[in-house]
Amino acid sequence: MHKGFSALRKRPVIFTLSGVALYLLSNWVDELRNFQGATAAVYIVAIASIVLLTGYSGQISLGHGAIMAVGGYAAVLSQKYWHVNLLLTFIAAVLAAAFFGAILGFAAARLSGPYLAGTTLALAVGLPSLADQFHILGGEQGLPYNVPQPPASLGADFTQYHWFFWITGSAALLMVWATQNILGSRYGRQWRAIRSNPTAAALAGIHVGRLKVLAFTVSSGIAGLAGALLVLTLNLVTPSAFPLSLSFTVVTGAVLAGVGSLRGSIIGAVVLVAIPELSDSLATKLGGAERVSANLPGLITAVLLILTVLFFPEGPLRRRIKKSK
Amino acid sequence: MIRLISTLLIGLSSGAIYAMMALALVLVWRSTRVVNFAQAGQAILSTYIGYEVIVHVNNYWLALPIAAIAGAFIGAVVDALLIRRLSQSTGPSAGIRPVIATLGLLGLISSTVGLIWGNDLKRIPTPVGSRGYTLGHTTIPFSPYNLLIVATAAFVMLLFAVIFQRTNLGLALRASAFAPETARLAGVRVDRTRTIGWAFAGAAGAIAGVMITPQNALSPNSMDLLLVLGFVAAVIGGLDSLIGAGLGGIVLGVGLALILEYVSTSLAFPAAFIVLILVLLVRPQGLLGKVRSRDA
Repeated sequence: MHKGFSALRKRPVIFTLSGVALYLLSNWVDELRNFQGATAAVYIVAIASIVLLTGYSGQISLGHGAIMAVGGYAAVLSQKYWHVNLLLTFIAAVLAAAFFGAILGFAAARLSGPYLAGTTLALAVGLPSLADQFHILGGEQGLPYNVPQPPASLGADFTQYHWFFWITGSAALLMVWATQNILGSRYGRQWRAIRSNPTAAALAGIHVGRLKVLAFTVSSGIAGLAGALLVLTLNLVTPSAFPLSLSFTVVTGAVLAGVGSLRGSIIGAVVLVAIPELSDSLATKLGGAERVSANLPGLITAVLLILTVLFFPEGPLRRRIKKSK
Repeated sequence: MIRLISTLLIGLSSGAIYAMMALALVLVWRSTRVVNFAQAGQAILSTYIGYEVIVHVNNYWLALPIAAIAGAFIGAVVDALLIRRLSQSTGPSAGIRPVIATLGLLGLISSTVGLIWGNDLKRIPTPVGSRGYTLGHTTIPFSPYNLLIVATAAFVMLLFAVIFQRTNLGLALRASAFAPETARLAGVRVDRTRTIGWAFAGAAGAIAGVMITPQNALSPNSMDLLLVLGFVAAVIGGLDSLIGAGLGGIVLGVGLALILEYVSTSLAFPAAFIVLILVLLVRPQGLLGKVRSRDA
C-alpha cells in the first residue's frame, strides 16, 4: 500500500521533468536529431507494448508490426473519411488496434510459446500485403496522412521535424506514464503471476484466460498508437511501412534492454535509432558499397540480439539487480 | 475437369515444398522442443551455396546434394553453438529465449547472405522442362519440373521414414526426443543425437529452398513466406508427426491452389491464416498428433 502511494506521488513529477527535458532538448538539437527523436519516441511506445505483453503477461508476439499497421491505417482512414483532428485519429488508432488485438487475444490465450510466436509471425507476413488487395486502403502507394502545420506563434523557422518530435515525444511520454501505472496496478501484478506460474495464479483466483486476452488487447492498443505515430513521421501510410522486419525490430528493442523493464524501453529505442547511424558511418569507412550499407544494420541488430539472449537473458538492467540481492 | 486436375496437381507440387519445410520444422521440434525460425535463414544460405555450384559448374544435379549437405552442416553447427547453450538456462524469460535466439539467427544469416551476395534477385534455371504437360488439347501448368519436386519430396519423406523406423539411429532419435533422461541412461548420447536431428532438418530445409527457387527467385529474405507456410503445414499435421508434416503440406498446398483458382487470388494468404487459427483452436494436436498439452 505504501509503495503504491509513493509511486503515485513520484511519477507525475518525474514525467513532467522528462517532458521539460525533452522540450529543451528539442530546441537545442538540429533537424536530423529531432527526426531521430521522433523515431525513438515511436519505438518507445511500440516497445512498451511488447514489455506489457511479453515481459508481464508472458505472451510473445512476432506480429506487432501488423498491429501497428492496423493502428496506422485506422488513423489515416478516420482522418480521410471523418475529417477528425489529429488527437481523434490517434484515439481511432488505439481503439481499432485494441479491438483487433482482442480478437487475436482470444486465439492467443489458448496458445503457448512457439505456437503463438508462429501464429503472430504469420500475421506479420500476411497482413500488410492485404492492403494491396483492397482499394479503400490505397494499395501499394498508400494514403496520405495530413499533419497540421505547427502553430504560427512558434515562429517561421519552427521546422516540421521539430513539430513531429513534439507530438510523438508528448504521446510517448503520456503512454509510458499510463503503461507504468497499468503495470503497477492490480492487473500488472496479476499478469506477472500468470507469467511466472499460471496454475498457481488460477488457484489464487485469477482468471488466466481473461487476463491474457486483456493483456493482448491493451498491448495492441498501445501498438496501435505507435503505428499512428509512425505514420505521422512518414506523412503517409503504405504496406511497406510495416514490413516483417518492423515486428522483429520492436521485439529486438524490447529484448535488448530486458523485456521485463519499462525503463529499458527507452534504452532499447535509443539503441534501435543509434544502430542505423553507427552502421552508416561504419559502412562509409568500409568503402560504402551498397550491399554493406544495406545489410550492416541488420547484422549489428542480429548480433546484439543473439549476444543478449546468450549472456544477458533478462536484460542488462535486470542482471545488476539480481547481483545485489 | 481438366482445370480441376491441373489445380490439384499444382497444389500437390507446391504442397510438396511446404511439406519439406514442415518436415524440417518438425524434426527440430521433435528433437529439441524449439520452433526453429532460423530455418528460413538456413535454407537461404544453403540455397545460395547451391546457386554458387550452379554458377560455377552449371549442374543442378550436383547443386542439390551439395546444398543439402551444406544445410545439414549448418543445422548441426547452429545446434552445437547456439541452441545447446540455451536449453540449459532457466528463468522468467526461459520460454521465449529460443524464439528470440532463432529469430536473431534468422536476421544474422539473411544479413550475412546480403553482405556476401548482395540483395538483388538471383535465379536458378530448372534442370528439366518447365513447360506444362499437354492433356488432350490443353496445356496445363504442371510441368516436368513440378513432377521432379513431387518425386524428390516423396523420396526425402520415404528416406526419413526408413531412417526413423528401421535404423538404430532412428531409434536413438526417437528415444532422445521423447524420453531424454531414459535414453541417456540407456547409453544414447542425447546431445549428439539432437545435433543429428538438426542436421537432418537443415538438409530437408535446404532441399525445400533449392526446389522453390526456380519459381521464386532468390534473395536474402525470399523464404520468409515459405517458413510461415511450412509452419502452418506443420501445425496442420501436428508438430510432432513426420507423416503429419507431409500430409499437412499437401493439404495446405492443394487447399491454397483451389482457393487461388476458384475463389480469389487475394484470399490465399488470409485463408491460410484462418486455417492456422482454426486448427490451433479446434484440433491443436493437428491431424496426426497425439493428444497432449500444447505447453512446450
